[in-house]
Amino acid sequence: MNIQMPRINRVPFFFKNQNLLIQCGIIFFIIITLTTLIGPFIVPNDPLTANMSERLAPPSSAYPLGTDHMGRCIFSRLIVGAQSTLGITALVVATVALIGIPIGLVIGYIGGRLDTVFMRVADGILALPEFILAIAIAGFLGPSLTNLMISIVFVKWIAYTRVVRSIVITERNKDYVQAAKVGGSSNWKIIRRHMFPQIVSPVLVLATLDIGKVILTISSLSYLGLGAQPPAPEWGAMLNDGRPYFQSAPELMIYPGLAIFFVVLAFNLMGEGLRDKWDVKSR
Amino acid sequence: MLHVNSISKTYHSKPALNDISLTVQHGESIGIIGESGSGKSTLGKIILGLDKPDQGEVHFRGNNLHTLNGKALKKLRRQLQIVFQDSAGSLNPKLPVWKSVVEPLENYPDVIPSFLKEVRHNRKKMAEVLFQKVGLSPELLERYPHQLSGGQKQRIAVARGITLEPDLLVCDEPTSSLDVSVQAQVLNLLKKLQKDLNLSFLFISHDIAAVQFMCERIVVLKEGLAVDSFLTEDLFSQSRHPYTKLLVEMSMEQENKIEENQHFYT
Ligand SMILES: Nc1ncnc2c1ncn2[C@@H]1O[C@H](COP(=O)(O)OP(=O)(O)OP(=O)(O)O)[C@@H](O)[C@H]1O
Ligand SMILES: [Mg+2]
Repeated sequence: MNIQMPRINRVPFFFKNQNLLIQCGIIFFIIITLTTLIGPFIVPNDPLTANMSERLAPPSSAYPLGTDHMGRCIFSRLIVGAQSTLGITALVVATVALIGIPIGLVIGYIGGRLDTVFMRVADGILALPEFILAIAIAGFLGPSLTNLMISIVFVKWIAYTRVVRSIVITERNKDYVQAAKVGGSSNWKIIRRHMFPQIVSPVLVLATLDIGKVILTISSLSYLGLGAQPPAPEWGAMLNDGRPYFQSAPELMIYPGLAIFFVVLAFNLMGEGLRDKWDVKSR
Repeated sequence: MLHVNSISKTYHSKPALNDISLTVQHGESIGIIGESGSGKSTLGKIILGLDKPDQGEVHFRGNNLHTLNGKALKKLRRQLQIVFQDSAGSLNPKLPVWKSVVEPLENYPDVIPSFLKEVRHNRKKMAEVLFQKVGLSPELLERYPHQLSGGQKQRIAVARGITLEPDLLVCDEPTSSLDVSVQAQVLNLLKKLQKDLNLSFLFISHDIAAVQFMCERIVVLKEGLAVDSFLTEDLFSQSRHPYTKLLVEMSMEQENKIEENQHFYT
């Protein structure tokens, strides 16, 4: 008999079909990527050129979304800002994965003392709240996007190491690993050939979901003035710029807010979809 | 060829093996029987060098297995291969099965097994020959473990075990995860390979009939102790250890029960 288990409804009803979920995510993803890559070449105005005579102008054919408090084209700034927000995010997530995965593979596989020491260090780092750490680093090294990235990477690699390590620990004692050893495979080969494929899908899910989180972190820290510095068009910084005009010109904050919202949503949809499809256990 | 010299192994202050000695000659097959938890798999692991004994030594072709360093151990291991009990767990679920089968050949580029002479340069062809040797269709080469039956997976595990043309194949309950008719097929396959390749088996099982079929000598383990050791034809002799007699009796009873109940199934 085939019993259909009720699925826990964590996603909007119209995305219940998991393939639809991924498809929507992927379509968003493609749009976002294209915007990021070619957007800066097709924007109608230079995002940095201020035109004080046209401050806070309403939408027009010259300025599709109007202008901000310094007379800069909001639309152009949003599109170009996508590049810095998403580019930085991609860089951060890639760096974090590149650091976290190999460490997880090695300490999970070797285990013992090395593993214990590493996990202690990781627990120590995780005890520091991410935001406080970012603020502290900005305080020491000065506020800048690079320092913001450093502070995020410093904390985030641990999540990847954890996931990878726990998978490797359950896999390494399985018979197929023993059989590979008996067949003369080196530890290095076992890690590459047998451990690595086991972690690919969980890590992809983790990374996709993390993109959303990192975007939010970067934007919120930029909003606090700890990340991108004016006049750079970054979504969080744009929110910050618009703050004094919140009552008179709320669209200054609404547009970047919506941009962040949709991009985070897209990546979360895709991550959730992939997680369901590959049946990766959430932890 | 293989000398196990009074080895002992303790896990968490509970002895798993206690002063076990045994010898396997070239081409000879030894059966290890005993109930669950008697230390059979532990013995197999130690003989393969996957685990170290607390005391005692294992000598294989004149080398002390547990004092060898990486390279020498690897060289010796080529002659010592394994087929695990759980056919599902012994193949990487993320790899097409043919890759698991030829993996040992990648690690020993200098080894040219007699049955792979013509195809040694081509990994896929070698896998094909090996599949043929264990009675599998080449259509299954690209499948993943979850797309195969238990019997097919176990044949693939056997193929991997003989890939390097070893002297000794440790079979740790190679048929106990399979249903009865498939068990017989796999046993017949092993028997045939034993003859064709002049293989020695260390055949671990709690199925006395299977051991009887495969092996010339039998060692009985009970709670880590070798309580009895004899030639297969003496299995029913009066001089057997009481525990051996008990095991034999229990396995007979089980068979009778199955026969008695047969009419329920037909
Ligand atoms: N890695 C291990 N850590 C701790 N205890 C172990 C380990 N491996 C085996 N043991 C213990 O050693 C004893 C013998 O185990 P072993 O697996 O050798 O039994 P077995 O005869 O193969 O049983 P079965 O027929 O169920 O496979 C058991 O009591 C088991 O709990
Ligand atoms: Mg066992």
